[in-house]
Formats: sequence, structure tokens, C-alpha cells
Amino acid sequence: MKITLEHLTKKFPSRNRKSHEEVIAVHDFDFEIPDGKLVGLLGPSGCGKSTTLNLICGLQKPTEGRIYFGDDDVTDLAPEHRGVGLVFQNYALYPHLTVKKNITFPLENLKGAQKLTKAQMEERALQAARLVQIESLMDRKPNELSGGQQQRVAIARALVKTPRVLLLDEPLSNLDARLRLQTREEIRRIQKQTQITTVFVTHDQDEAMSISDIIVVMKDGVVQQIGKPQEVYDDPVNLFVAKFLGTPPINVFQGRVKQEQLYVGEDAVLTVKGVPDQEVFVGIRPEGFQLKADGPLCCHLDRIEVMGRDISVVSSHECCESPRVRSIINAENHLDLASDTVRFSVKPNKIFLFHKETQERIRFETASRT
Amino acid sequence: MEKNNLKGWLYLLPAFLFLGAFMIYPLIDVFVYSFEEGYNSASQTFYDTGMYNYSYVLHDPYFLQAVKNTFILVIITVPLSTGFALLISLALSSIRPLRELFQTIYFLPYVTNTLAVGLVFMILFKKTAYSDGLVNLLIQQFGGSSVDFIDGPYWAKMFVLCFYTIWVVMPFKILILTSALASVDPVYYNAARVDGTSRFRIFRKITLPMISPMIFYLIITGFIGAFKAYSDAVALFGTNLNAARMNTIVGYIYDMLYGDSGGYPSYASAAAILLFAIVLTITCINLLISKKHVHYI
Ligand SMILES: Nc1ncnc2c1ncn2[C@@H]1O[C@H](COP(=O)(O)OP(=O)(O)O)[C@@H](O)[C@H]1O
Ligand SMILES: [Mg+2]
Repeated sequence: MKITLEHLTKKFPSRNRKSHEEVIAVHDFDFEIPDGKLVGLLGPSGCGKSTTLNLICGLQKPTEGRIYFGDDDVTDLAPEHRGVGLVFQNYALYPHLTVKKNITFPLENLKGAQKLTKAQMEERALQAARLVQIESLMDRKPNELSGGQQQRVAIARALVKTPRVLLLDEPLSNLDARLRLQTREEIRRIQKQTQITTVFVTHDQDEAMSISDIIVVMKDGVVQQIGKPQEVYDDPVNLFVAKFLGTPPINVFQGRVKQEQLYVGEDAVLTVKGVPDQEVFVGIRPEGFQLKADGPLCCHLDRIEVMGRDISVVSSHECCESPRVRSIINAENHLDLASDTVRFSVKPNKIFLFHKETQERIRFETASRT
Repeated sequence: MEKNNLKGWLYLLPAFLFLGAFMIYPLIDVFVYSFEEGYNSASQTFYDTGMYNYSYVLHDPYFLQAVKNTFILVIITVPLSTGFALLISLALSSIRPLRELFQTIYFLPYVTNTLAVGLVFMILFKKTAYSDGLVNLLIQQFGGSSVDFIDGPYWAKMFVLCFYTIWVVMPFKILILTSALASVDPVYYNAARVDGTSRFRIFRKITLPMISPMIFYLIITGFIGAFKAYSDAVALFGTNLNAARMNTIVGYIYDMLYGDSGGYPSYASAAAILLFAIVLTITCINLLISKKHVHYI
């Protein structure tokens, strides 16, 4: 089921009695989610991810804009008629019901022609439970389950009605790190297996990048960029997106362009063709640094961290926004630890320029000086 | 570990001493008196020991009347007041504007003195030489004939007593239930709505189980409170409750001790032990039933 969001906007009345300014939780969201894909909705806390999800499932009504499931306009449809499965951040399993009862709960609501017999319900519940591998836990209560198991029950409950759309609101945020890795693979597997169009909300870029077919990066209710994870990572449209994606995060420097030369401090780092003279933000991905004895970028060396295959060089530079410049280089490189300074050259495709005020990306032709 | 245990007991000791001196010792005393015939608290003497006090009390028509009155009161007021309180709390929690105002209004009877409320009820229901009372005026308006609710037939008096009791106990129940309803995480309602659950089913399958511990608490304390009713009857019908046939068990005990016909601590003790046995039995039954229906989360 394809989902089309058309100029979706959601405003909340102000909570503050003095200023009557509305809170714009989602602003002009325009996007088509292709059938059978897993879309990661990514952004910092409070950027409107949950609101977007609530709009899609019908728990909240959009202020403006329309929502289509396939060709059906569902904007004014109540949630129960939309055929969505929703997994809440804290799972919202009914604490007084057993796992089995939790999973059959949605089925018991079916009316008329869809009504199922008890045996059919149990069969469906067992199917859903098998999919998430919890069939041995059916008689337990939610508080007798671990976080990961609860999370699976929540997914089983969302899937049991075979929804047209599966919505997951930060489903992994209550799990510990190991389980989080495991469960996100699981979610991916289930999604592949069922081919249900899925929207996955998270504030963890790692999570979104690793399992999504498409990611949507949001900030303050406004969509920043939409694309395949790798494309968005390699080609961010603005400083926010560049900063938000990637671990370790991108290094941001104050720089300026003078006669098509990019300066960071006094060092001319790169030739940037077609960029007028101006002050800029320079973002360099950690993997964009290369050790080079006569490299143009000179940093003060603090320490190195060995990570096996790679080493992480921690240095500092007076123009860098953060106190640390983190670069990741191949472990085969040799670094003179006795030296105070370290010199780098930068890979042109790993360096991004952003406008000083608008923070929008400034594109340049890659004519590298190396 | 051992040491900690000792410490724990030590901390409990003051409460134990207090309860022992002012609850358990008198309770045992009452139990003993109930078997001592003609006990006199001034001279600390009695004639004989045995079951005579129980036999007397159980054959006393005033006591039987009091038991009947108390049971009617309990059976009518506990379910009705809890049910109405639940309905009102549900209504309160589903409205936004003026909720606080309504909450305050519903809570007012709780902070009003029982006797003052009783006075108001007298004015509403009593028939005097000058006026028939507001309720009777209303009944006449609708074509009925007036009834004397305070000095009239038994059912009318019982009706007023039940009405009054419900009125007095409801505010506390509403307060407890509105806060219980407010403490149910709305995420469950959202989950249920997405799954297409009807409102009634949401109430039955989600709301009710989630507030069941509070309802249970209200039912147990409601039963106990209603079995111990006394001042309500006094507020409405005066102190000579036996004459009005509106006595309660606690009223009977009081009368046996201090009333016009009083001075019989042995009979009073026997009645008190009977009341204790009744309340204990009912509470145990309640506990048993609740095991199946109350969900502690
Ligand atoms: N019911 C509401 N009333 C008023 N403001 C709200 C409401 N729900 C969310 N908001 C506001 O909308 C913005 C987006 O919220 P939300 O979608 O929950 O963010 P996210 O899920 O991305 O953390 C926040 O600023 C939040 O304060
Ligand atoms: Mg959220």
C-alpha cells in the first residue's frame, strides 16, 4: 500500500496563555511512501515524528493537507477504519491481559462479515506470534516479559489484523544496546517477509540508516531531506542533516572561500571551483581525512584511539566548532606520536560547504589540488 | 540479616504497643464481657458466664430490626453509591471545560457536617404542620399524594436513609475514582482506538480492569462503613431510633450502653461481637471474590 502525504500540516494551540503563537508540529509534509518499503522517519526529539505518525494512523487530525492510502483518501477516516498497525514507544501492552489476549484483542473487535471464531482467532494469534518468535510466551502477562519480548508482543499485536500499513514509534528506545541491534534486524526481517509498508520513527540515525529503504530527516516539523540512507549521508542538503547523520559525527570548521580557494584558518585546504568569496561552514566526515606529511590541514595532535581495523585520530584545530577533531584512518598508516601536530589532506567528496547564514549546502566542482 | 530482623521488630514495637493497648486489649475485653451475664462496669461484677447474652440479643426484636435495617442499607447503598460515583467520574473525566468546578461541587458534601446535611434533608423531606416539605410539594405537583418521609411508613423512611447515605458517601468515591481514571495511561486508549475497539468494550476491557483495585477498595470500605452506620440515622430520625424502627446495629450497641434503655454492657458486647463477625465474614467474601476480578499491576 502506497501512502501519499499531501502538504500535511499540524498545528497545536499554544499551551502558553500569554503568547498565542501556535506550535507547528508538522509543516507542509509532502511525500509519497512507496509500496512495501520501510521508511525511517528521523529527527531529534520534538521535531514532529510522533505527530506525523499519529496523523498517518488517524489518532490526530491534520490542520491542513490530505493523506492517501493507495488511492483512498483517508484524511477524515477514523483510525479503526484505516487498517493500520501501530507499535507505541512504550508498547502499550494491556498489563492485565496475557500475551495471547493482547494479541487477539484487535481481532475481537472485528464485526460483521469479518468476525472470526475463537479457533480462527487463536490460529491468527499463533501465526503472528510465530512471526516474532514468542509462541512459547502466550500465557504470560506483560510484566513477566523482558523489554525485547514485550516489544515483539507489541509487533505481533500490530500485525495480527494484517494491517495495510505498519507504524512503529521509536520501538527500540526502551531496549538495551545489544537487544536494540538484534531487534532492528528482526524488524527488518519481518518487514521483508510481510512486505507491509512500514514507517519507522527514531531519533537514532544509526538505527534509521541501517534498516531503512528510505530515510526522511526532519527538524522542527520541517522535512529536511528524503532519500536512500547512503545518498543522504553522502550528499546532505544542509548543515543540520550533515551533522545529524554519521557516527562519529562530522567535523565542522569555520572557513572562508577566497578566489576559489577554501581556507580553514590560514591553511588553503581545497580548490573549490564556482564558489564566490564568502565565509562558510566546512564539514568534513571523519573518514575524509588522509594522513599526509605535507597535507594542507594542520591539527594539534591529542591522542589516537585504536579500533582494530581503523584508528581514530583525536586532534584539535582552532577553527573547529567542537574541541575535538575526530578522523578515522586506516590502521596501516603510521603516525608519529611524538610529534605535536598532524597534517591531513582531505578527500573532496567527503567535504561539504555550507552557507554561513542559511546553513544550506554550497556545491562546488571537485577539482582537487592533490 | 538476623540483626536487621530485630531492628525491624523494634521499629514496629511502638505501633504494636499502641494498637495492643487501645485496640486488641479492649477487643478481647469486649469478647470476654459478651460471655459474662449482667456485667457491671462500676463494680466489675457479673452473675454467671455463658451464651445467654447472645441468646438475648438474638431474640431481641430491636436487634433483629437493627440487623434488617443495616443489611438493607448496605445492600442498597454500597452498589448504588459506587455505581453512581463511577458514572459521575466517567462523565467528569470526559469533559474538559469546568471540570475542576464540577469536581469541587461534587466534593462539597464531603466537607459538610453530617448533622448539617441531615438538617437539610429534614427540611426537604419532613412534613410539618406548616409545610409538606419540598419533596412532597414536588410529588404533589406531579399528581402524587404526599408521604411523610420522616415519621411515616417504613419504606419511606428507609428510602430517605438510603438516599442520604448515598449522598454522603458519594463525594469521596467520586474523588477516588476520578483520580483513578486520570491515572490510566491514555496510550492504552489510543492503542485500543487504532484497533477499532468500541467505547463500551474499551470501558469494560481496559478502563474497568485498570481501576479495579480502586473500585475494590471502595467496595470494601463501603461495606464496612455502611455496616457501621449510625450517625446518619440519628441525623435524620433523632436519637430514639428504636421507636422509629430505624435503628442500626451500631445504634443498638450504643443504646444498650448509654441510651434511655441502656446500662447493659454485656448485651452491647455481644451485639458488638456479632457485628464484628458479620463484617469479618463479608470482608472475607469480598476478598475472595476480588481475587478473580481485581488486577493489581
Ligand atoms: N497534543 C499536543 N499539544 C500541543 N503540542 C504538542 C502536542 N503533541 C506534540 N506537541 C508539540 O509538537 C512538537 C512535536 O512533537 P512530537 O511529534 O511528539 O515530537 P517527536 O515525536 O519528534 O519527539 C513538539 O514541540 C511538541 O511539544
Ligand atoms: Mg515521539
